[in-house]
Amino acid sequence: MLAFLIQRVLQAIFVMFVVALISFSLFHYVGDPVLNMLGQEATEADRAALRAQLGLDQPVVVQFWNFVVNAAQFEFGISYRSARPVTDLILERLPATLELATISAIFAVVMGILLGIYTALRRRSWLAHFIMTASLIGVSLPTFLIGVLLIYVFAVELGVLPAFGRGETVDLGWWDTGLLTTSGLRSLILPAITLGLFQLTLIMRLVRAEMLEVLSTDYIKFARARGLSKRVVNLRHALKNTMIPVITIIGLQLGTIIAFAIITETVFQWPGVGALFITAVRFVDVPVMAAYLMMIALVFVVINLVVDLLYYAVDPRLRAQGGGK
Amino acid sequence: MSSTPSSVENSGEQNAIAVTGHEPGAAGQEPVLSVRHLRVEFPTRHGTLVALDDVSFDIAPGEVLGVVGESGAGKSMTGNAVIRLLEPPGRIAEGEVHLSGRRIDDLPEERFVPLRGRHIGMIFQDPLTSLNPLFSVGDQLIETIRTHLPMNEREAREEALKLLREVGIPAPENRLDSYPHQFSGGMRQRVVIALALAARPEFIIADEPTTALDVSVQAQILALLKRLCADHGTAVMLVTHDMGVIAETADRVAVMYAGRLIEIGPVDEVVRNPQHPYTKGLMASIPGIEKRLERLYQIEGSMPRLAAIPAGCAFNPRCPHAQERCRVQRPDLMPAEGSLAACWLHDPVDPLPPRRGEAGEEMAHVR
Ligand SMILES: Nc1ncnc2c1ncn2[C@@H]1O[C@H](COP(=O)(O)OP(=O)(O)OP(=O)(O)O)[C@@H](O)[C@H]1O
Ligand code: SF4
Ligand SMILES: [Mg+2]
Repeated sequence: MLAFLIQRVLQAIFVMFVVALISFSLFHYVGDPVLNMLGQEATEADRAALRAQLGLDQPVVVQFWNFVVNAAQFEFGISYRSARPVTDLILERLPATLELATISAIFAVVMGILLGIYTALRRRSWLAHFIMTASLIGVSLPTFLIGVLLIYVFAVELGVLPAFGRGETVDLGWWDTGLLTTSGLRSLILPAITLGLFQLTLIMRLVRAEMLEVLSTDYIKFARARGLSKRVVNLRHALKNTMIPVITIIGLQLGTIIAFAIITETVFQWPGVGALFITAVRFVDVPVMAAYLMMIALVFVVINLVVDLLYYAVDPRLRAQGGGK
Repeated sequence: MSSTPSSVENSGEQNAIAVTGHEPGAAGQEPVLSVRHLRVEFPTRHGTLVALDDVSFDIAPGEVLGVVGESGAGKSMTGNAVIRLLEPPGRIAEGEVHLSGRRIDDLPEERFVPLRGRHIGMIFQDPLTSLNPLFSVGDQLIETIRTHLPMNEREAREEALKLLREVGIPAPENRLDSYPHQFSGGMRQRVVIALALAARPEFIIADEPTTALDVSVQAQILALLKRLCADHGTAVMLVTHDMGVIAETADRVAVMYAGRLIEIGPVDEVVRNPQHPYTKGLMASIPGIEKRLERLYQIEGSMPRLAAIPAGCAFNPRCPHAQERCRVQRPDLMPAEGSLAACWLHDPVDPLPPRRGEAGEEMAHVR
């Protein structure tokens, strides 16, 4: 168990190191920030001063080392655009994104698993056929189009839900939440569906496929032959086996929810880190871009680690290999 | 420990269909299982496949009925139909199944579920895949016991230990919380047997219970199964390819061909003195059974696919005695020496004359 854990953590650190390298190289290949920040009229002395202030006059290896050390302490320097610490910018925007992503993820996972189970167990019913067909649409429509359609139907035509923004938020001091006000919750619905729909269909189709496969195994047949009730066979024996491969994929998908949030946030003018990133790209605000990349990578790595551990907890065969009894 | 259950009420009405009367070995007691004119169909896009056609047989309490036949003959299909675990769209299209006198093929599913495991058990071929890998052996046993018997967790645990001890798992206290992958193949099949017998069903279907096992443990597992069933008076339908197993274990043998039952009778009769031309070929192809023939024989041709079963006797394209009547009219089981055979050679009214000399030798060819 410990060896397994150490191995996974080392892997995670390696991945983060590679991403840091990529993020860092942005500083050297994407324009000259000093020119962007000071404009054409600045003197050579001004530029040199700013360069020194930003640490751009040091050797590359030293710069990279500083970058990694700072990043490890969540220090990403000063935004070229707003001249404020990048960390502050991100922390301000993070609650909006995390709330959106969490609600979308819960929506996608809960609905995906329920619909997957339903369509597998009632494979021949018309409702299952309908859901499967509808899910094809969910997979093939691009996210922004789904968002625009939802806005058109629910905000413009029916006028029942807000089309953009977070609504009213409550400041808890360290966290700015939209979950405590009605307008905040109402504002969440459309973006959360938009962001979660793709994952929902994926999870649903995966659960269905896995479940059908599990239902045709010998141990399910033997469970039936022993007289276990349909409910026990389907929801205890079959479901647990179905969840093993599903957990992995769901984990990976949750990471992409945060990444995909960029599009949804743009469509709904959601004040999250995704929107921050888009602005940063537009203004070649490299520190913000680098910080965003590192943050996304960290999310993926952490989720992966959690998935591995979950997997380990669910499957006794892995436990035995990992040096159990 | 509950003794042999007798809660399946007798529905009174007995379907005493001719076949049973002739059957040696099944006479006297009421059969624990009685299958009548069973027909299983698979509706497909290209028409209906008949996987079982007019299959009738009885099994007496405590009796072991061996079921043999080539691959695809319908052996597993028969077991699956009896316990109603046919793969969709397969369905029982005609016929009846009676368990201890009570008709069970027409019960609604929710009333059939409690019979599984409690009155009809089933053991499958592959112990490696029969157990759920994510649940400990104890979990699976306790769950099964508690499904059928009114026991609390602790009592069920005791019962599980007792069952594991009974099937010869050493130090069961230490094994109860182990997972299936921690057991060897033979030990897993012992666990499977414990599970199938957990609620003391009066009848079990064992579908090639040792085929997937190492040769060295096959005999042990079979002996165990035989002993347990004898101890509890459990009747067994034993599907196997191994004539040696049949000769050693079964009381009677049923021979299947192309979804039909073509010969059934006491094991000595069918093995030593087969009556149906197909059975003769089958027995002749087995080393050591037909001592008179020193070479291995094989029946020419192969069993028809379900979609292409010939009219009349399904065996007629391969049978050396086949005549016009065989190609037109289907023979039912008829008394033939000590057993019953579905062959016009044994027609009590107008027996078909055998074509050439000694059947077994003529029809077989050197491999
Ligand atoms: N789901 C299905 N749909 C259509 N035909 C099927 C299906 N399952 C089995 N069959 C056919 O039914 C026939 C009987 O199959 P069955 O499994 O009973 O054979 P068996 O006698 O048990 O053979 P084996 O010795 O290989 O186990 C075979 O011809 C098989 O192809
Ligand atoms: S009925 Fe005819 S074809 Fe069939 S086994 Fe008997 S003799 Fe052969
Ligand atoms: Mg079979």
